[in-house]
Amino acid sequence: MTASYDLVVVGAGPGGIAAAVTAGERGLHVALLDDNHLPGGQIWRGLHAASAASHPHGETFLHWTARLRGTGCTLLAGWRVVAAPAPQCLRIERDGECRDIPYRRLILATGARERFLPFPGWTLPGVTGVGGMQALVKAGIDLRGRTIVIAGTGPLLLAIASGLARCGARIAAICEQAPLARLLAFGLSLGAFPGKIVEAARYRSSIAQVPFHTACWVRHAEGAGRLQRVTLTSGRRQWTVDCDWLACGFHLVPNIELPRLLGCTLSEGYVAVDAFRQSSVGGVACIGELTGIGGMEKAILEGEIAGLAAAGHDAEARVRSSRLVRFERFARNLERTFRLRNELLDLARPDTIVCRCEDILYAQVAQCGSWREAKLHTRCGMGACQGRICGAAAESLFGWQVSGDRPPLFPSAVSTLAAAPQVTEHGNVSP
Amino acid sequence: MHNQRVNALTNARPAHPTDSSPALPSLVSIAINGLAFQVVEGTSVAAAMLAAGEACRLSVSGEPRLPLCGMGICMECRATVNGIPHRLTCQVLCAAGMQVTTE
Repeated sequence: MTASYDLVVVGAGPGGIAAAVTAGERGLHVALLDDNHLPGGQIWRGLHAASAASHPHGETFLHWTARLRGTGCTLLAGWRVVAAPAPQCLRIERDGECRDIPYRRLILATGARERFLPFPGWTLPGVTGVGGMQALVKAGIDLRGRTIVIAGTGPLLLAIASGLARCGARIAAICEQAPLARLLAFGLSLGAFPGKIVEAARYRSSIAQVPFHTACWVRHAEGAGRLQRVTLTSGRRQWTVDCDWLACGFHLVPNIELPRLLGCTLSEGYVAVDAFRQSSVGGVACIGELTGIGGMEKAILEGEIAGLAAAGHDAEARVRSSRLVRFERFARNLERTFRLRNELLDLARPDTIVCRCEDILYAQVAQCGSWREAKLHTRCGMGACQGRICGAAAESLFGWQVSGDRPPLFPSAVSTLAAAPQVTEHGNVSP
Repeated sequence: MHNQRVNALTNARPAHPTDSSPALPSLVSIAINGLAFQVVEGTSVAAAMLAAGEACRLSVSGEPRLPLCGMGICMECRATVNGIPHRLTCQVLCAAGMQVTTE
């Protein structure tokens, strides 16, 4: 088989861009693919030359996007990987149109999504994720004068609260489920990352008047047809806050479906990789949140390492690889700091929906003994999102191992599923 | 009422990384369930539907749903765009003349 690209990078966030740029600048013929219409991933979503000046990551964004433009990488925007119909070949789809894209090497940088936990009222219109709320604001929602409660866990809460306040939203409360002592220990552990401390302090001071509750979480959300109020609790105390929106998410989980489909070995929920970020599958590297939730800087460094390795520059890759240690420590600290408290696993009532695609209730899922049994007997996880939301919840709620990815990874046109692998000498993908 | 909706939509901020000048945002007209709206170029269909007060879809048991993840994972934002069903409206930008209908 003749590969039309030396390297295909899946995911155009900071890590994927760094990988494509690093390999492209060293002469590789690279395609960078993303299901969004613009590169940047979640963290750089909506940034542009004018807005970057006032953004904490603006300089980094401008640096990498300028280099990306200079490399001549093929940018496949709006395309989504649905299957791997043959070795070293991905099937991608956009607007019902299907292509097969052969590659010599692959770097997966598919990032992470928020973890959601079911609680009474979480399906009401007006309840979104924390990152979800920010993405919607960047997509054009006007929140001026709206009252928002931000809840869940993770470093995103503060960053996004600050961003939403800047857009004119009234933040009624920030509720972080982790206890204060753990957050303080995390703060102390950031000694190696003074930039992150400054960033957090800047976010906090920008919304200094907003109550920041630790060891606090949403008990339930209510409203007639739409969210009107949320009940918060710190275990001992319970109170109700009127609001227009609740942004609630519980840190992040990696988008591990594609590496799992390709057969990459996992370790504790992440892809197991070596010093050059190579997975157990030959020619397939995984970077960024796939190897441990650690944020933008870790992803960019891993992207450079994997890009260098793909281009055969092992010595350079090794030098950069030695810098990974402190980022890996940071990732472990994040995991420890924002681990879920047990009370969160008891929020759902028997009639609370767990699987939003198929409207499967907690009582139905709780009767099952495994993820597989839940899928077969209740259709939990068998809907359009294919368990991406309820599967991560089930892992937390029931301690189940969620596995068994089969193509298509996303709902696809029948013609996409039925097509025989089509691989031509020069490839057949047009951007 | 219609004017208020239009205002809400036109206040939306553009999200266009290639723009270097903060010039006045240009507007595009779309139809949501047959009603015409003007939105700022660069607004996602999901954001336009939210501003218009429309649920994206009804769930299997008939609940109205709005986007949860905002990034093409949760599939709650599915709607019919220009006759194509189940489009992820979080990832589709409004374009002039676009017809959006809910299920």
